[in-house]
Amino acid sequence: MSIILDHVSHVYEQGTAMEYAALKDISLVLPDGQFIGLIGHTGSGKSTLVQHLNGLLAPTGGNIYYNGADIHEKDYNKKELRSKVGLVFQYPEHQLFEIDVFSDVCFGPKNLGLDKKETELRAYAALKQVGLGDEYFYQSPFDLSGGQKRRVAIAGVLAMKPEVLILDEPTAGLDPKGRDEILDQIARLREETGITVILVSHSMEDVAKYVDRIIVMNRGQAIFDDVPREVFRHYKELEAIGLAAPQVTYIVRELRERGLPVDTDITTIEEAKRAILKAVGDREAGK
Amino acid sequence: MDIIKARDLVFEYIRRDEEGNVDGITRAVDQVSLDVKQGDFVAILGHNGSGKSTLAKHINAILYPTEGTLLVDGKDTSKEENLWAIRQEAGMVFQNPDNQIIGQVVEEDVGFGPENLGVPTEEIWQRVEESLKAVGMYEFRKHSPNKLSGGQKQRVSIAGVIAMHPKCIILDEPTAMLDPNGRREVIRAARALNHVEEITIILITHYMEEIIHANKVFVMDKGKIAMEGTPREIFSRVEELKALRLDVPQVTLLAHELRKSGLAIPEGILTREELADALGFPRQMPRREGN
Repeated sequence: MSIILDHVSHVYEQGTAMEYAALKDISLVLPDGQFIGLIGHTGSGKSTLVQHLNGLLAPTGGNIYYNGADIHEKDYNKKELRSKVGLVFQYPEHQLFEIDVFSDVCFGPKNLGLDKKETELRAYAALKQVGLGDEYFYQSPFDLSGGQKRRVAIAGVLAMKPEVLILDEPTAGLDPKGRDEILDQIARLREETGITVILVSHSMEDVAKYVDRIIVMNRGQAIFDDVPREVFRHYKELEAIGLAAPQVTYIVRELRERGLPVDTDITTIEEAKRAILKAVGDREAGK
Repeated sequence: MDIIKARDLVFEYIRRDEEGNVDGITRAVDQVSLDVKQGDFVAILGHNGSGKSTLAKHINAILYPTEGTLLVDGKDTSKEENLWAIRQEAGMVFQNPDNQIIGQVVEEDVGFGPENLGVPTEEIWQRVEESLKAVGMYEFRKHSPNKLSGGQKQRVSIAGVIAMHPKCIILDEPTAMLDPNGRREVIRAARALNHVEEITIILITHYMEEIIHANKVFVMDKGKIAMEGTPREIFSRVEELKALRLDVPQVTLLAHELRKSGLAIPEGILTREELADALGFPRQMPRREGN
């Protein structure tokens, strides 16, 4: 099963002087279980794209299919779609509102019409999935730290048991440890449950470390769509559109330029470490 | 001359429950003493909740010390009569550009500060022009701020502060919401202001690679200054930083990992050029293109 975008376009304020094409003829297949990174500069169309995936925005051209069904057919159950394709907005902690953490996470499943027991079981499981301990359950969400609040907000979406989880910059404003914790938990969650994860991010380093596919947006089009090492091979083109390769890619390029035979497609610290140790070892063995 | 001088600065706030009853007291800044020299580029690191933003808000008198003193350009921030002078001398730029821009047109937004200071009209326009040029946004002066990118908006916010002719600018996570290019633009603008205009910069950030050019780094934890030194000194202490929920730039981490694996590389590598040198690959002349 999958999400299919078939020649999807979106024009804001069509027919007015403010007309603006945010998505231009995008065709993508997002199969189950992938960990996808969506990158692009501010205004490149990333947010518009993800809002199409759960039907918040309707395309002005083209079709979107979820598990084979056109989500804009008259009889299509949009409410169910939104529980299946969970979207965590930027700064989701601004949307917390309940008196305690547990009630906040219960809000989504309760609205799905589930009974009290099922609602609470799901809320409990979701809070465990994001790594929040029992001691926080009856605290006001507003007394938590930034990273904890964000986890509560993510748990709120997980409690709907989505098949696809979309996160719009889930680590913005968090300290480095907080960033790692949230992304590690998401990666683990995906491994355990097999859900599809779409990560919108401005951190090339995070994307390189976690995802297995990167879609690069620019001016409303998906200009690259491949595994990280292939995408970051186009670092010059990425720079031209306000992006970059991970810092470590520039490091191995510099070393290569200066004569150390390392692979320049490296995108993570682990890979770089292994490659450099090997190249240095070979050099010494050759002496 | 010290532009900022903190002595045993303490800031406490009272937590209240739903009904407004006192729930407890939190000490967000705890006995901080620090000096910043005029013209320095200072970075403050620290995990979420470590007290760095609370400390920063003292510098332009948004918050006052509960105990201890804070002097900005020799003026005590807790004295009411110094308030306006301090806010003019120490300007602040926040994380979200959309919360800081009020004008319909870029140049109007930048002129707002000096206008409020009662600067004569002729001079306001001069300041607007200088400020926008200083951050590389002059060509956008007639644009609507809504149409700008995040990095451009932040540079307009910075121009708005520069137009007040401050001696010091505090940037509180100015790049947290920006894409890589936006981050580069903002950091470049901050460095240029420091270099060319000799404005003191205090940069709070969670992006470690942004601070390698700072003169001095303070690391905060639990309201206290936990570490203090040059970027090289600070980033030499990888494990300690990790314990404080922080990190080091990727090149520093890679060098640290290689060192742990037995290669003879010093701690505190800050650039890829340094790493290549340390690995015994000096820059080749003439330089070869990568293949």
